[in-house]
Amino acid sequence: MSAARYEAVIGLEVHVQLKTRSKMFCGCATSFGAEPNTNVCPVCLGYPGTMPVMNREAIRLTVLSGLMLGCRINPRSKFDRKSYFYPDMPKNYQITQYDQPLCLGGGVEIEGASGLATVPLTRIHLEEDVAKNMHFATCSGVDFNRAGSPLMEIVSEPAMHTPEQAVAYLQGLKQTLMYAGVSDCNLEEGNMRCDVNVSLRPVGATALGTKAELKNLNSFKSVLLALRAEIGRQEQLLREGGRVVQETRRWDVEAGATFLMRTKEDAHDYRYFPEPDLMPVVLSEQQIAEWARGLPETPRQRRARFASEYSLPEYDARVLAADKAVGDYFEAAARGSKAPKIVSNWVMTEMLRRLGETGQEIAAVQITPAALAELVELTEAGAINSNTARELFGELFANGGSPRALVEARGLAQVSDSGALQALVDQAIRENAKSAEDFRGGKAVALKFLTGQVMRLSRGKANPQLAAQLLEERLKK
Amino acid sequence: MASNSDQQSMDVNYIARLARMNLDALEARQFQTQMDGIVDYVRQLSELDVEGVEPTAHAAPIQNVFREDLAQPGLTQEQALANAPAQSGGQFIVPKIVE
Amino acid sequence: MLTAHELQDRLVRGDCSSVEIVQELLAAIQEVDGTIRGYLSVDAEAALAQARAADAARATGRGGPLLGIPVAIKDVLNVAGQPCGCASKMLRGYVAPYDATAVAALRAAGAVLLGRTNMDEFAMGSTTENSAFQVTRNPWSLEHVPGGSSGGSAAVVAAGEAVAALGSDTGGSIRQPAGFCGCVGLKPSYGRVSRYGLTAFASSLDQIGPMTRDVRDAARLLGVMAGHDPHDSTSLPAPVEDYEAGLPVSGGLRGMRLGMPREYFGGGLDTEVEAAVSAAVEECRRQGAEVVEISLPHTRYAIATYYIVACAEASANLSRFDGVRYGHRTAVAGDATELYLRSRAEGFGAEVKRRILLGTYVLSSGYHDAYYLRAQKVRTLIRRDFDAAFERCAAIVCPVAPTAAYRLGATGGDPLKMYLGDVFTVTANLAGLCGLALPCGFTAAGLPVGLQFLGPALGEARVLRAGRAYEQATAWHTRRAPHAAGMARTEAGGK
Ligand SMILES: [Zn+2]
Repeated sequence: MSAARYEAVIGLEVHVQLKTRSKMFCGCATSFGAEPNTNVCPVCLGYPGTMPVMNREAIRLTVLSGLMLGCRINPRSKFDRKSYFYPDMPKNYQITQYDQPLCLGGGVEIEGASGLATVPLTRIHLEEDVAKNMHFATCSGVDFNRAGSPLMEIVSEPAMHTPEQAVAYLQGLKQTLMYAGVSDCNLEEGNMRCDVNVSLRPVGATALGTKAELKNLNSFKSVLLALRAEIGRQEQLLREGGRVVQETRRWDVEAGATFLMRTKEDAHDYRYFPEPDLMPVVLSEQQIAEWARGLPETPRQRRARFASEYSLPEYDARVLAADKAVGDYFEAAARGSKAPKIVSNWVMTEMLRRLGETGQEIAAVQITPAALAELVELTEAGAINSNTARELFGELFANGGSPRALVEARGLAQVSDSGALQALVDQAIRENAKSAEDFRGGKAVALKFLTGQVMRLSRGKANPQLAAQLLEERLKK
Repeated sequence: MASNSDQQSMDVNYIARLARMNLDALEARQFQTQMDGIVDYVRQLSELDVEGVEPTAHAAPIQNVFREDLAQPGLTQEQALANAPAQSGGQFIVPKIVE
Repeated sequence: MLTAHELQDRLVRGDCSSVEIVQELLAAIQEVDGTIRGYLSVDAEAALAQARAADAARATGRGGPLLGIPVAIKDVLNVAGQPCGCASKMLRGYVAPYDATAVAALRAAGAVLLGRTNMDEFAMGSTTENSAFQVTRNPWSLEHVPGGSSGGSAAVVAAGEAVAALGSDTGGSIRQPAGFCGCVGLKPSYGRVSRYGLTAFASSLDQIGPMTRDVRDAARLLGVMAGHDPHDSTSLPAPVEDYEAGLPVSGGLRGMRLGMPREYFGGGLDTEVEAAVSAAVEECRRQGAEVVEISLPHTRYAIATYYIVACAEASANLSRFDGVRYGHRTAVAGDATELYLRSRAEGFGAEVKRRILLGTYVLSSGYHDAYYLRAQKVRTLIRRDFDAAFERCAAIVCPVAPTAAYRLGATGGDPLKMYLGDVFTVTANLAGLCGLALPCGFTAAGLPVGLQFLGPALGEARVLRAGRAYEQATAWHTRRAPHAAGMARTEAGGK
């Protein structure tokens, strides 16, 4: 048994379906959920004599992604054929990019234990997606609707060392691509898919160990758990004097472990060569600059802008910008609000908590950004107190509606009229003589209790500051 | 081109496996002889000095040929499956796929 | 035997109808195709229906260079609603759901699609003996091959069973059979005619082209088919010239500088072929051409380069034939891999298998750079040879093949021997040039000898002009093959 300590080295290959109307090389629609084999044509069925023609938009979206991720855009790129036989491959070769991808370098910013760090990228290339196989008892079915959809592959450097970093990388990447608007990036729905390469090496070593490739990771959680399990497996193997073999392993959610799919011995010989049916893509500086002008904001840019434009603390800006949809929501509510920090508080606490509890997407919540802005306005103006506001938020989150209308309909307006409150103040003192005595005797904390009593008597509508003030005046007399 | 691998003859059965074609024993024997002759012939390119020569992948020097991102109707399911050797439930049917 | 333009003149004059022409051809097929076996299938009813439609269109005032003219189609091209078998068992039962762009262009011009012609399986071969279905014979001598791979198209044109036909040329597959059968064959420059719908053999080399009875018909068909196609990214955007109008009435070779490649006239060239081609070059000189000697120094590497590049591309192009979506599927397979292994073993013939093996090998790990990448570089050298040559001459004049047609079975056991016969044709494909083959004489045994004019990319007008001038000065193209059908009625009709 070796006592060496090991360090994991992790690299990711992420496939992302691009949001185009038509497929990569033919005019078939990319819509999903259609009846099997209805979004197909002779080209994407690999019929004899058919030829691919590049979708300009797919090229643009890939370059856009590259620009968002700080990649160098290759002035000259080309497509290649990658040969392997599989029933989900209409031509038994995939059109992809081998040695001249569209984008090189770049990186994904992640938040680590020691602040922000950048995971470097190797490349981004464009290729065609494969069909979907269905496995039945004695045979398999093939649906080519997805075959030929544009798929962008983002390859990271082997530069991560913990499962948490890998997940942070995926989240960061997903956010940037969401910001770019190039994909829906949904792992569960398969429009974002990832393969993970992981190897171990003794701490301090620089050479890479033998890696295993993990497949079937269809959620961030799977990535996390599969990596933990695989690192554990490799570590145990090494400690026991064994050797890691280069192989592809499949994550099994049920078993919570990875299982061998194939070893390097039966790995494919892909026989890459330039796709003779497609001409090279040559991007001029002007073309790239033109696309760059239409570039959406990056998460980093938005973070800085939130901090300055809305006077938010760095922490708030980071949390809000980390997820594009959350940032969009915040901005819609905060724009025009006199208290953006209060809006931020609501989003970061109540909103995120409730989203976490219900599993809802922020883009689909009932409470509109305008409603939240109104809620903040009501509290800021002292029209409702914070308890009422929290209650209202829950109500609006569940059912939507206008906060102002709810306040009026239910008579929830804060009672800030001292005449109206005076009677309740007197009643509270009358019914809690002991506490009144305590306060007079110097126990300041008793005032809090009495204020609470006033709030109870007002059924939460009293302005707590005013109630406390009136109590204090009365008791000091 | 002077690496050792070049001097070996083609492993016809291995290459046939890569190309997913069964060869029977007689075929394999015949092909081995024929392929050895052909490979030996094409190996004459090693005589040439191609240092610094750009490879030609296309016979015409054009670039940036794109289509606009417009969805167009393709085949109906019936048309798509019309040539299928086996189909069921709108899908092409193949023997069980082993991963 | 009349040409398409002669028949068109008659149609215009009302001397005959398209239906009559089709009936004549059906009769000719009936008469000789049992011997020639150039057609894989003829849909007589469909052809007559198209002819009736063409006649009706003409009656309403429509015209056009091919309206009502029957054209035979090589079995490698997709025609909507027709089988496209590529003379292979692999595509058994496959019915094309779409028209190749070139076929659609013929249809739009009013041509009548007559039938499907035999070929070497997947266009791989130089004799048409690699057809999985039948052996086509040369109308000039039934003991000889028609050449290949477009042997069926050449044979039916030479035998009077078709007015014109489409072929495809990856390394000479239009020009060599045209030469062997004494007809005219044009391989357009790479990208001049859309390849969409042409079942791919080698995508960076393939071109569709016409096979006709004279150069003027070749110009006419090219004019109909040429041009950019949004479905083929490799098709050239250059405007299409009026090739037919550009043909000379006379004196088309006057002042044209022709290059004779030294390397093409050396050892290995059959003496009768050399004599005929030399005489043809003399004739060109008499017609006012200036003939200069040029050099194509990498000629001896052309065959090796061609077979590596073509087979590499073919190995991927033919991967799609797997028995999943169309075509032959083995009867029993336990899993998907076995399905491939068996279906492909059963579906492909020996020559196709050999080329898939070579192509797979030269791309495989450890061999890619030594074979495939090196061949791509030598391809550059070959292209540069031609760039330099066309600095010195307008067109190149040379033989189509080192010999006249082979005897049936002569190349059977030795594939390499067959490959070596492509030495004068593969270079045009490697360099993207255009090439025109036309008859220039006969051997003592009565076999045609082919002459080739090579032009630079998009130099079609030039080679057609040279070819037309040569054919006007000679009469080789009017000779009739001994096994051709009689066309008594239509021809008599005009006399
Ligand atoms: Zn499609």
